[in-house]
Amino acid sequence: MRQLALLGLVFAALFTVPFVVESESWRTTLIMTLYAALLGQAWNILGGYGGQFSFGHAAFFGTGAYTVAVLQVQFGINPWLGLVAGGALAVGVAAFIGFTTFRYGLRGSYFALVTLAFAEVLRILSNTVPFTGAGVGILIPLDPGAASLQFTSKAGFYWLLWAITLAAFLTAWWIGHSRFGARLMAVRDNEDAARALGVDPFRVKMRAIMLSGLFSGLAGVFYAQFFLYLDPGIAYGPAVSVESLLVPIVGGMGTLFGPLLGAVALHAVSEVTREVIGDLPGISLVIYGTILVIMVLFAPRGLSGLVSRLTARMRRTAEGDRHA
Amino acid sequence: MPDMAIIVPSVLNGLTTGALYALVALGLTLIYGVLHIINFAHGALLMLGLYAVYYLNVQFGIDPYVALLIVPPGMFALGYALQRGIIGRASHGRDENILLVTLGLAIVIENLSLFLFKSDTRIIDVPYSFEVVEILGAFLPLPKVVAFAGALITAALLWLIMSKTDLGRAIRALAKERKGAKLVGIDVEHVFAMSFGLGIACLGVAACLLLPSYYVNPQVGHGFVLIAFTIVVLGGMGSFVGALLGGLIIGVVEALGGLFFGESLGQLGIFLIFILVLVFRPTGLLGHKV
Repeated sequence: MRQLALLGLVFAALFTVPFVVESESWRTTLIMTLYAALLGQAWNILGGYGGQFSFGHAAFFGTGAYTVAVLQVQFGINPWLGLVAGGALAVGVAAFIGFTTFRYGLRGSYFALVTLAFAEVLRILSNTVPFTGAGVGILIPLDPGAASLQFTSKAGFYWLLWAITLAAFLTAWWIGHSRFGARLMAVRDNEDAARALGVDPFRVKMRAIMLSGLFSGLAGVFYAQFFLYLDPGIAYGPAVSVESLLVPIVGGMGTLFGPLLGAVALHAVSEVTREVIGDLPGISLVIYGTILVIMVLFAPRGLSGLVSRLTARMRRTAEGDRHA
Repeated sequence: MPDMAIIVPSVLNGLTTGALYALVALGLTLIYGVLHIINFAHGALLMLGLYAVYYLNVQFGIDPYVALLIVPPGMFALGYALQRGIIGRASHGRDENILLVTLGLAIVIENLSLFLFKSDTRIIDVPYSFEVVEILGAFLPLPKVVAFAGALITAALLWLIMSKTDLGRAIRALAKERKGAKLVGIDVEHVFAMSFGLGIACLGVAACLLLPSYYVNPQVGHGFVLIAFTIVVLGGMGSFVGALLGGLIIGVVEALGGLFFGESLGQLGIFLIFILVLVFRPTGLLGHKV
């Protein structure tokens, strides 16, 4: 319950941010940070709590993004409906990938490679079929207004994203405190033992990948409405997959606040480097990659792992002092 | 149905490409077979090798085939250092951590190259670029024929190293029984790094053989890395013969797929094979059941 209260406090504070921050460019920075937290939490549900490392979350993200864009451009369907459809289709893709891989017990590195291959297949397909605009990409016509899910101010986008992100974090909290979550973590820690205790790993993993796909897909819908442009590389390329996994790895996998911590840390770092060395091609990814290597080498439990290790040490020394 | 006059050259072309794929995959499968890790940075390291060959040629006028004496040893040293310094320390008992570290390395190498070498696609100019050889009535570019022969020779050399030298015996012992190998006094970390180095040296050879008929840019590794993974799972993780056969098969599939369905859908075929094999037969066509 303390964790839920803290979550409520954090999100209440986040809700008020647009009242305080007036500058549109700062609002964009905040939006991109929150968006990274959403991507990260989506990955964390499957990868952190479930131990299934996906290298292809772009498959869900891109499906959500393309759904809302194609429905608007080709069929004139309202993007609010597109939001629902995008989430639903992303869940469908997740169910398909989950079914084909978990059914046959693919785990670990194999699972990672297959998800990557699925994202690549979708990238090539979206590059070939005509209704996605193929390699040229797809442009959503500008139509500002809440009814068309394009807000006149960045604050509107911010609150939309805030609501989706809140739902993702509440889901993660629920996973941490429910029977389903306990089963999921049992499968992560020891699949065979979990099976012996009567857990059905296939069903548990299916639910996790579908929840994870839902929030990745919604992040995709948000992205499409915010930037109004998509191409196969943006939607299904490796950049999204990498950001999705990097955020919780930096922040702390399988923890509620890890993705938020990771998103803030990564965006702070990339803002600072942009200030210091300027906007050079590829340099922010060089830094992301370096951070990834360093985190896995020295802090495999992420920033929250570091924090808890530090507080534990401080408590120990404090106790040591008392005993001395 | 296109007639044989188109199919035969296409198959031969596919075989020459496939031999190079096989060479890239041999390195990957060697690393997997011994260390049980999937090296995600394989494509990025191949790209580095290609740039090394490119700059040796442009700056010092060294022929790519002469660079065979320089680049593979250099890549070997790089691989040895990477394994000893970074990758070997990353596992913390989970294979996924290695995957993440090599992914991180791949991102760093690729984007650093983008920064240093710019995104331009470059080719080298050698006198024999456009020479052709006639085989079975098909005209094949000379560099591709050389690459085919070179790939087979390298595979044979690798096999000799593995079966006849002390190093090869140590590597095989380690691949089979890690604890036992340690007990009989094999320096595990050293042999691991040697295997990784050998795997990366294969990429050096591939780079030298590839560049005369290919190009280099910072993304060039992408095309190879998933193909190499496909070959490795197709042939069975860790199997040499499997990698060689798998490479040739994929090369031919790609060439014929491109002929019948067009370039981009031909590529799709490779990924579909990859998914199907991983899902239904993750031990590979030649691998045994787990």
